[in-house]
Formats: sequence, structure tokens, C-alpha cells
Amino acid sequence: MVLRKTLTDAEITEQRELIAGVFKMTLHAPEIARTAKPGNFLQVKAAKANTLLRRPLGIADAEGDNISLIYRKIGKGTAELAELQQGDIVSILGALGNSFDESFKNPLLVGGGMGLSPLLFYAQAHKNAAVLMGGRTSSEIFWEDIFKPFAKEIFIATEDGSKGEKGFNVALLPKLLKSGKYDGVIACGPDPMMKKAVDIAREYSVPVEVSLERRMGCGLGACLSCAIDTANGRKKVCKDGPVFKGEEVFF
Amino acid sequence: MDTSLNTNLLGMDMKSPVITASGTFGFGEEFADFVDLSSLGAVTVKGTTLKPRAGNSGVRIAETPAGMLNCIGLENPGADAFLNDILPRIKKYNMNVIVNISGSTVEEYGILAEMLDVDGVNAVELNVSCPNVKEGGIVFGTDPKMAAAVVTEAKRKTKKPIILKLSPNVTDIKVMAKAAEDAGADAVSLINTLIGMAIDVNTFKPVLGNVTGGLSGPAVKPVALRMVYEARGAVKIPIIGMGGISSAEDAIEFFLAGADAVAIGTANFVNPKITTEICEGLKNYLKEKNFNSIKDIIGLARGEMNGRR
Repeated sequence: MVLRKTLTDAEITEQRELIAGVFKMTLHAPEIARTAKPGNFLQVKAAKANTLLRRPLGIADAEGDNISLIYRKIGKGTAELAELQQGDIVSILGALGNSFDESFKNPLLVGGGMGLSPLLFYAQAHKNAAVLMGGRTSSEIFWEDIFKPFAKEIFIATEDGSKGEKGFNVALLPKLLKSGKYDGVIACGPDPMMKKAVDIAREYSVPVEVSLERRMGCGLGACLSCAIDTANGRKKVCKDGPVFKGEEVFF
Repeated sequence: MDTSLNTNLLGMDMKSPVITASGTFGFGEEFADFVDLSSLGAVTVKGTTLKPRAGNSGVRIAETPAGMLNCIGLENPGADAFLNDILPRIKKYNMNVIVNISGSTVEEYGILAEMLDVDGVNAVELNVSCPNVKEGGIVFGTDPKMAAAVVTEAKRKTKKPIILKLSPNVTDIKVMAKAAEDAGADAVSLINTLIGMAIDVNTFKPVLGNVTGGLSGPAVKPVALRMVYEARGAVKIPIIGMGGISSAEDAIEFFLAGADAVAIGTANFVNPKITTEICEGLKNYLKEKNFNSIKDIIGLARGEMNGRR
């Protein structure tokens, strides 16, 4: 079923800087909170914005009437969002895009950096997911505390070895999949991480999905800013994705 | 019922003179959750070419002050797919459909115009001003003789009204508008995007995959408005004004400058309901200023020049 998309103003109930440059914005958005599925995203802008276009942000959790977005301040649009405070209004368009496969019994979520944001929503909804997270250094593993209430198991790797195993998170993936405990992999993060996760999952014949990030204009499949080639032809990341089967994507 | 926005353009009965600009509204269906498509004047669908096109690779969009650059490069499924798959699917929306076409030769415009001479297509807009494709495109849009040749060829091959979409990347828009009129175009639409670029100061590279792209959005509105004003002074055929229109007030300026209808582009990306909101704003304005019809305000800013030429 394709859900009706809505355009609404939502009040910020909380905005918090989790670590330097990374923010969690919680919004009162009952309709979207009730209908959104893990993998969906929103097109967001401040109600009184100086920037023109909306910014696509994955939904990080939905609880009651509220949804949260976890995002890094990387440009003018996200900087403008980061300035907003409790009580301010943002305009949201959503929920957009397709969603992850939730039919796996024992999914393994593989995430790096801000890619962990939509995976959090998955862990929260599924309740039986394990997560393999990666970051450059221990401070980027603030996600561990956020995932703890929802994830069955948490595996960690950091590039500098300051937390968990030293190296990339995907280096732990062969061992985890070899155990045979996991019947699906859901990956979101930098392209090289997702490529590696897809290669390894396929090697172990475990179904794998990835969530892609692209610059977007409309978020509705009209402007074609985010069109990509896939094994199944041209696709729009905003409308046909952002979730794709691993084997579909040309990394 | 408020009929103040009703108009007729190129044989199309329109509930409002608000059209959507090609490339910014998909095939209409993408916005069906937000807009009653039959309440629009027309939906101009994504630029269509004879063969499918994948468009440009790399980054295709970049925000700029009060605007955006794009270099999509006319990605589209091709005329056959449009006619066989898409057109039958969008018929249910009961909207006027304008098909924007691009050719790499004069003959190709004729072939496309002929293919599109079918039920369900209300008019054909000739895109001679896409800045993002190497062959054809902009060449036809900057040389009045070539533009005229394209119009003549399309007119010869179809009974549908022909709209020539003008490029702003010319020295004198009046010359291009006049060339279109003299060649038999039923209307002109303007403006297409202005060629621009952006450079990433950290990577030292152009932001867009195609290096340059088309600038649109509020930043181009004053340029578009000036060109519509000038074109109105040069031709009698209907003008569809567009370029950065983001509010009813913006749209009103174009009518006052002499546009018979307006098209909304980039603003659809920001607010998918913007076309409906602009229609409401236009109705309120007419009521406030005691006009019965949108037609009553066309060209009012022209003073003694009111009317055509």
C-alpha cells in the first residue's frame, strides 16, 4: 500500500546536540508518527527558512505522536535546522520513499556514521535486530546508548580502535554471518561501507538491503535529481528507494 | 462558484491560468496527493525526446542564493514510453496536458510533434533552450532562424497548438519571440533557465557533474519578468510567463507585465501545494481590487502600452 504523502507544519518538542555537530530534533507530527515505516524519510525545512530547498532526512524514531531526526550539520540547510529550538516550527513533507524489509527473523543492521539514523527506527520497530556500528573514533559511537534499549546485540568497531574492534565495522561482518544467526542484513552508511556489506552478505547468501543517500530536489520523483542506474533500470532514490536490494545497486 | 480565474488558452478551457513548468512536476501524478490536477490550467510534462535519455551523470542539483542549479540533462523514458505507458495512466486526472519536446535536429521536432498529435495531448511545447544537452537544444533557442525552422516543421506535422519555449540566454528576447510568431507559433513561453555554475571551494571542482547548469527559482524572477514585459511588446500571440514564480504576488506581476498565463516551476519542489495556493491568492487579489476576471489585469503595468504591441 502506498501511503498518502502529507505536507505539514510541525512543532519542535526538543532539539539537542548529541555530540559536536550532530543534532536530534524531535517533532510533534502525529499522522506521520503513526504511519511512517523504517526506511522512510522526510523533506524538511524551517518554516521561516533562508534556504530554498528542503533537506532529506531519514526518520530515526517514531514514538506516540512524535518523530525524531538525527542529522549532522554539514551545509547551509542543516545549519539552519540546527539553529532551531523547542517551540519553533518546521515544514515537513512525508513520509517519503519505500521502507526496509521487516520480515527477517534475525536481522543484522550494519551502520556507519549518520547511516545509523534510519537503522535506529528499524531496531525500535523490529525489536529483534542486532547492530554492527562503526565510526572513526569512540565519540562517534554515541549511538551505542541510543540503540541499547532496542537492539538485541551491539557490535562496535572504530577506525582508531578507541572503542570496540580496531578497523572498519564491515571487517567484523564475515565472522558474524558465518555464525548463521542472521537471516538478513540492512546496511546504511558511506557507499564504500555499503558496497562491502553487500559483497560479504552475498558471499554468505544472506539477503541484503541498503539505503542510499543522494542530493534531492522535490523528494516526490519529479525533478530527477536523484536518479540512478540499477540492475533493474533507472530508479529514483526518493521514490523507488531510498531502500534497494543490495544486488540491484552499482556502487 | 468563483470563476474569476477561468480562461481559455490555445483551445484549452482552463479553470485557472496557472500551469506547471516542464521538468518540475513530473507527469502530474507525482503531485496528485497535494493538488487537484484538474484545477490547474495545464500540466506541462517532463521534456520528452524521441529515444529514452539517461541524462547527465554526477551531481545534478545545487542550491544557490534564492535559487538552484540543475543539470538533469533531459532524462526521460522517450516518446514511445510516454505515449504507451504514461499518457494512458494520467488520463484519469482530467487535466490539460502540454508535452514539452526536445529534438537534436529540426526533423526530430517534426517527428515528435506528429507522434504526439493524439487524444489526451492538448498542446506541444518546443524546448529549444535546454542548456544541459550538448546537441541541439540551446542552438535552436539562440538563433532566430533555427527557432523559426523548428516551429515551421512542428506546425507542418501536427494540428496541436505549438508553444515555443524561449531561452533567456540571448541578447534580445524580442527577436526570438517575433521569430516564433512569424513562423506560426501559437504561443511563446518564457523563460527557460539561465546558464550558471557553482564551484566547491574544498574540492576545487565544479559542484555539478555537467560543470554548468540551469539557474531557476526566485533569483531569476526579475529577469524573467523583464523578458515577458519585452516579449509582450513584440508579439500578439499568447505568452506563458515563468521564472521563479513562488507566490500569488509574483504571478500577478507577470500578468500585469502582459502574460496570458503563468507557469510554476522550482516552487513546486519547495511546496508541492504551491499551484493551488497561488490560485487562491489570485482569486483573493481580484476580489480585493474589484476585478471580475484575471483577463482584466493582463498588461495593466504597460500603461499606454496596454494590450498587445
